[in-house]
Amino acid sequence: MEGSDFISNLRFAFQWPYCERRCTYCNFNKYISTNVNHDAMRDGLVRETETLLGYSQVKEITSVFIGGGTPSLARPSTIASILETVARVTHVPHNMEVSMEANPTSAAASRLAEFKAAGVTRLSLGVQALCDRDLSILGRDHTAREALWSLEEARRFFPGQTSVDLIFGRPGQNVESWEGELEQLIALCDHHVSLYQLTLERGTALYKQVQEKALSVPEQETMARMYQAARSVLGKAGFLQYEVSNFAKNGAVCMHNLGYWRGRQYLGVGPGAHGRFAPLGEGETQREARIQTLEPSDWLREVRRFGHGTRKRVQQSELDILEELLVMGLRMNEGLTHQFWLQRSPGFDLQEAVGDAAEVKQYLEDELLVLDDRGLRCSWEGLALLDTLLPTLLHQLQLSYQKSVNRSLSLTCFVPPAPGPTPTSHT
Amino acid sequence: MLIGLGRLPVWFSRWRLFSVCVRLRLHGGASAGGGPPGGAGKDYPQRGKDNYDLSEFPTENIRNFSIIAHVDHGKSTLADRLLEITGAIVKTERNKQVLDKLQVERERGITVKAQTATLFYHHAGRTYLLNLIDTPGHVDFSYEVSRSLSACQGVLLIVDANEGIQAQTVANFFLAFESQLMIIPVINKIDLKHAEPDRVAKQIEKVFDIPKEECIQISAKLGTNVDKVLEKVVEKIPPPCANLSDPLRALVFDSTYDHYRGVIASIALFDGWVQKGDKIMSSYTKKVYEVNEVGILRPDQYPVEKLNAGQVGYLVAGMKEVKEAQIGDTFYLQKQPVEPLAGFKPAKPMVFAGMYPVDQSEYTNLRKAVEKLTLNDSSVTVHRDSSPALGAGWRLGFLGLLHMEVFNQRLEQEYNASVILTAPTVPYKAVLSSSKLIKEYGEEEITILNPCHFPDRLQVKEYLEPVVTGTILTPDDYIGKIISLSQSRRGVQKNIVYIDDHRLMMQYLFPLNEIVVDFYDSLKSLSSGYASFDYEDAGYQVADLIKMDFYLNGKCVEELATIVHREKAYATGKAIAVRLKDTIPQQLFEIAIQAAIGNKIIARETIKAVRKNVLAKCYGGDITRKMKLLKRQAEGKRRMRKIGNVEVPKDAFINVLKRQKDK
Repeated sequence: MEGSDFISNLRFAFQWPYCERRCTYCNFNKYISTNVNHDAMRDGLVRETETLLGYSQVKEITSVFIGGGTPSLARPSTIASILETVARVTHVPHNMEVSMEANPTSAAASRLAEFKAAGVTRLSLGVQALCDRDLSILGRDHTAREALWSLEEARRFFPGQTSVDLIFGRPGQNVESWEGELEQLIALCDHHVSLYQLTLERGTALYKQVQEKALSVPEQETMARMYQAARSVLGKAGFLQYEVSNFAKNGAVCMHNLGYWRGRQYLGVGPGAHGRFAPLGEGETQREARIQTLEPSDWLREVRRFGHGTRKRVQQSELDILEELLVMGLRMNEGLTHQFWLQRSPGFDLQEAVGDAAEVKQYLEDELLVLDDRGLRCSWEGLALLDTLLPTLLHQLQLSYQKSVNRSLSLTCFVPPAPGPTPTSHT
Repeated sequence: MLIGLGRLPVWFSRWRLFSVCVRLRLHGGASAGGGPPGGAGKDYPQRGKDNYDLSEFPTENIRNFSIIAHVDHGKSTLADRLLEITGAIVKTERNKQVLDKLQVERERGITVKAQTATLFYHHAGRTYLLNLIDTPGHVDFSYEVSRSLSACQGVLLIVDANEGIQAQTVANFFLAFESQLMIIPVINKIDLKHAEPDRVAKQIEKVFDIPKEECIQISAKLGTNVDKVLEKVVEKIPPPCANLSDPLRALVFDSTYDHYRGVIASIALFDGWVQKGDKIMSSYTKKVYEVNEVGILRPDQYPVEKLNAGQVGYLVAGMKEVKEAQIGDTFYLQKQPVEPLAGFKPAKPMVFAGMYPVDQSEYTNLRKAVEKLTLNDSSVTVHRDSSPALGAGWRLGFLGLLHMEVFNQRLEQEYNASVILTAPTVPYKAVLSSSKLIKEYGEEEITILNPCHFPDRLQVKEYLEPVVTGTILTPDDYIGKIISLSQSRRGVQKNIVYIDDHRLMMQYLFPLNEIVVDFYDSLKSLSSGYASFDYEDAGYQVADLIKMDFYLNGKCVEELATIVHREKAYATGKAIAVRLKDTIPQQLFEIAIQAAIGNKIIARETIKAVRKNVLAKCYGGDITRKMKLLKRQAEGKRRMRKIGNVEVPKDAFINVLKRQKDK
């Protein structure tokens, strides 16, 4: 079932699991360690890269994403080793995107040349806020000044390929100050901006402070206004919103991330990394969702022993894959095109999949969704409400899919013995 | 049973020979599957030759008694000691509440199901047959208590030397008093550091009019003075009035269900005797049964050749359903009908609640579990019911709140069932005025269990609500708070007396629905746990009842309709509206939640339309988690109920309808 475009190439992502300190809002899989064994980590990452690329039997890697943790804490030579491994085991195009997350600290900024030399082509800078009070609430390890200086440096080394991450909905923030902050940023930033609404995750320090009412985050209404304000401000400044949280001008989109939303295969290497690929090398043609072992020392032990630290493998059914495609695809401004969807599920079009449900018709009528010649996508208003629309869409997809399977079953099972009229549902 | 066997020769020193026969008969019974033991059968003249014959105990050597007490005052511990002293069970450290067989009983320290134990006791050169009939402590189970008492001539009234008289002490005392039983006051726990037995003795004198000198001061835990209790039982409690020469007349005072043997009826013989092979008839059903086995409970079943007048024991006669052994029924010999004994009124459910499986696929299993449980607890009434939100289920009637909780807990513990239990309601009544309706119902006064059937005010003369007499015992420090709590529950004070220098007994007439949900918890918390409460049925009173409806964006939500007293309408409406607001998720449009009486809106809450709801970050590592959440929500859509255009998740209904414990 895998369309050729889905299978022949692969996105490659790897995790550097360490951070210098714990941000108050972050619940990612990360570890604070002062004595990281860089050589051991490098060897582990290289080894797992070799193993998993072997399992995937993929011909080409189209992009690399280096995430974390804080990957700018890794040695540039570690990154170079991994990229060399990728290039050795499989084919990489000469202009391949190699995106890396970095904290805007002076330490990281001072090593940008080395990262570039190692092969990094694109930098995603975790600026988060341009106000020191908020940076300290978020527990970041840099000041606004340091961030702006890092941004200048990054633009010097990665012109047109530098992205800035910002968080909104911070405690005490209001729409006006947010707009001011955005204006300030637009004057300084490069061609890509990611905006994330602050999510209070259970178990984080910030969550606790808000629970205990030591801090309060803006109301949902204010959050909505901040989001819409940001979309307007960035739009006016020539940024195209190509995904819920991502804005680019001059086409400077992150190819790697687009791959996630387009339902492409990807391979995850490193502690806690996630992957989606068919391990042809292991004799499996079905796509699997994989998670690598979370804890770095456990992961390393497994990599040494088995060549990889895959902790969980779940086979994905055709419906699983379509569900992900729907959920991820609608995050993009382009949405799901008919061509794209049918490539994945021949004979089961978008209209049949979701378009016939009364609720979905209501969404279309309310202009939250658009279903036209191009495909299915969110309207401007709809995008902000996507997670309210998705359960209905998913539910409908599941029902329609079951119906279509039953139909094709009945067609294959009840073929009349002699030539005659095609069986119909009339009884 | 083995314990008893080993001990038999010791107590029966006079009948040492016979005990051997008992042993043989038991072995025979076990291997031959209960075939008729040698010679004894339907042949009445043979009876006299029966070797092991409880008629060796003349009626004057028999004492039938119960222990009654407030919860935790040591009833079951005293029972353990009595069993040990008389050798019914071996004395060990582990004898804790031997008669409390259910897990729920041991966990809650309460007795739900009355048990019986027959004890052999030597006193002043004679051997007495003592039948201890255990009773539940809580008045929810007063029906069980009165059943037990009907087989007794006397009671031990246990009072904690530290806590003194509590609400259930009073309630139980009156049950015994009304049955004209000999009451022996026993002050327990005198070993406690803060025990004040003399103060408690004075309370007993004041409240129950029993001279304080008559109280026996004991420590059941340590065994102190427990022998005196047995002496007093023999001395003060009269033997049963029974006549062996009259034809059989046996009262069914309890029944249990055994998966293999069917119904096991606990019986008290007032006249005559009964033995294996007898053809007996139920005066209630007129059905005839052949007796398979009779025996005594020690406390395990211990088969005997026959049971005689004045004795208490069990009977197995091939009854397949608990209903066949109707509590209060009289059994007599088929050939010799007698006037039946005065039975009891059937248990009357006072508290009703809907019960639904958490998942409809569990319906059949739950139904089986409910059926099995009601086999052993015939006081629960079961009606099939269904709710558009919760699916198919039942409306169950319970004797009281504790009864409901115990039932629920037993379902969970013994049958591993998980259920949704709706907030309890009480049986309201309406006296109809509309002749059309009277014709339709076939009677003028109807009971309303489901608010959907609440007749319109124009068609009724009056509405009635059940009321209870509530007894509160409390240290006087809390009097102010308790009075205002009771007033807020529409209670009318009937009586208030000091039972000693610091403790008060108050009696209120309460509408039952005001106390069924959280009254007891509120009382406990405002009195730091010191006040106790109990209640008994006090009939019905005229009440200004109204039906309250709930609307979501103008559409009525049928399953949320409730019957409330007019005075409570606003508070109830507001509370439910707020709970709905907290549980219905935001939707793409604004939702108005309204509580209404007729056309009049009395409370309103608004759920604002969702303005932004989209996960900010969704990359490789976030996808699995996001999909899991969305799939769960999509799954929830299937169980979503649509009221107009509003999607209401099942959880919202559950949250509104189910009993709120953390109030």
